[in-house]
Amino acid sequence: MDSTIQEKIISIIKEKFEGDILSIETPYNFLTINLKQDNIIEIIRYLYNHPEAKFQYLTTVCGIHYPDVKQIAIMYQLHSLTNNWRVRLKIYLPEENPVVPTLTTVFAGANWMERETYDFFGVKFTGHPDLRRILNVEDMIIHPLRKEYPLEDQTREDKKDFMFGR
Amino acid sequence: MASTDILNTPSDVEKGYSTLNLGPTHPATHGIFQNVLTMDGEVIVKSEPTIGYIHRAFEKLAERRPFYQITPITDRMNYCSSPINNIGWHMTVEKLIGADIPKRVQYLRVIIMELARISDHLICNTVIGVDTGALTGFVYLFQFRELIYEIYEEICGARLTTNIGRIGGFERDFSPKAWAKIDKFLKEYPDALKEFEKLVMRNRIFMDRTIGAGPISAERALSYSFSGPNLRAAGVDYDVRVMNPYSSYEDFDFIVPVGTNGDTYDRFMVRQEEMWQSLSIIRQAIEKLPEGPHHAEVPEFYLPPKQEVYNNMEALIYHFKIVMGETDVPKGEVYHCVEGGNGELGFYLISDGGRTPFRLHLRRPCFIYYQAYPEMIQGTNISDAILTMSSMNVIAGELDA
Repeated sequence: MDSTIQEKIISIIKEKFEGDILSIETPYNFLTINLKQDNIIEIIRYLYNHPEAKFQYLTTVCGIHYPDVKQIAIMYQLHSLTNNWRVRLKIYLPEENPVVPTLTTVFAGANWMERETYDFFGVKFTGHPDLRRILNVEDMIIHPLRKEYPLEDQTREDKKDFMFGR
Repeated sequence: MASTDILNTPSDVEKGYSTLNLGPTHPATHGIFQNVLTMDGEVIVKSEPTIGYIHRAFEKLAERRPFYQITPITDRMNYCSSPINNIGWHMTVEKLIGADIPKRVQYLRVIIMELARISDHLICNTVIGVDTGALTGFVYLFQFRELIYEIYEEICGARLTTNIGRIGGFERDFSPKAWAKIDKFLKEYPDALKEFEKLVMRNRIFMDRTIGAGPISAERALSYSFSGPNLRAAGVDYDVRVMNPYSSYEDFDFIVPVGTNGDTYDRFMVRQEEMWQSLSIIRQAIEKLPEGPHHAEVPEFYLPPKQEVYNNMEALIYHFKIVMGETDVPKGEVYHCVEGGNGELGFYLISDGGRTPFRLHLRRPCFIYYQAYPEMIQGTNISDAILTMSSMNVIAGELDA
């Protein structure tokens, strides 16, 4: 996506939600906008209804845990099929009690994506019609994709990074 | 996984509704899916899918593996077309490291990916036939999937979970035997496919069974983030190969078929036409195939040949670095998507410069569109529900990751 289109998408968001933008990055030429969490659903709805942008396809929703800053990020990736524009919106929630309104009011397909994010990261989506675990068993007490749950036995010393000069 | 709302509430009993468990293991569901159906006589009132029976935590596993060890994980998602998953993952890493892929590799990949698409659609479409009672087409066309698997075998040694190629290209160029097998397939398959079409496509029974079964409108399909043949059957011409061409798809001339009603018959027809288009793409790729190396110059990711490891110091160093997972990777986030057998297969990779991904999110098309299933089968009967599921091409491995 060339930079003029990226500028355009940024200006469309800035028209109404300038105060919500934390920072803008373009890793590997993919527009990524870090936003405040407060108005995220309104911003997505605005992009959905915008006559020019028409971001009417939700590619994916996923969580990312950053243990260093004690935050959980939610990444929404939108796609405008009419223009073939893609944008990634990220919000950052506190690690202990991540709560965000649901996106199912805009996209029906957000239902299971949010259930998956709840299942793996414990993010609570307020207003979600059916917020239950989806892939893991229901009596599981942890949210396994958080970084505090290691995959391997952490008493093992032979696979630590310092063994590889790091 | 009992939940109180899936049990009959008193009002349901008063209405005379009954509860039926379809699955988890049932010959007609072609995989491990459970649906708790609330039935009014033969009509489905409500359906409650339960998934996760073969969840294997791929996203978590990927966080402890070097990049080249993640390829076998991707095999086990959509195992009907695993080369597409493998190559999609390779391309994601190549995007991250900024590798320059030779034209020949891109064309060879296109050939493999289109063969995989054919084998995926072949299974799905013949299974729709099986579910309507036409076993002949399934048994007849299955021998051509065997031919495709023999081609894989000739290229990478494996058949179902292929682990095909490497980051940067292929481990070896296609052998003359592999080319002979591709030629044989291209020669023999069109006739068989034509016969299958004659058997099924305009068959009165098949049409009566499938037209209007499990329809979805384009608006709902978009709202549910459908992709692949299921979205195209609803009338939206979204194909990743055309929208965001990867691996030189822009060099080939092909048609993106679309349907109108989004019902089982349209999904069947879209896949049928896509197989013909895939055959045409393979022919074009073979015709235009450029000469050149079969892998990119990425020594830090591409394992050197064994004889060089034994005789050449640099090769030995790189071999060691790759196998021990000591290669430096750039920091960054990258999203790459390919048109998988059943939709947009996306890899969202965050690298923090360590030996493994910081986070790998897999956008699995099955997982996303299967949630529309209760809506699609509401008001139909069980036999249509079975057909809808098989025509959606839901693969348990991909659904549950």
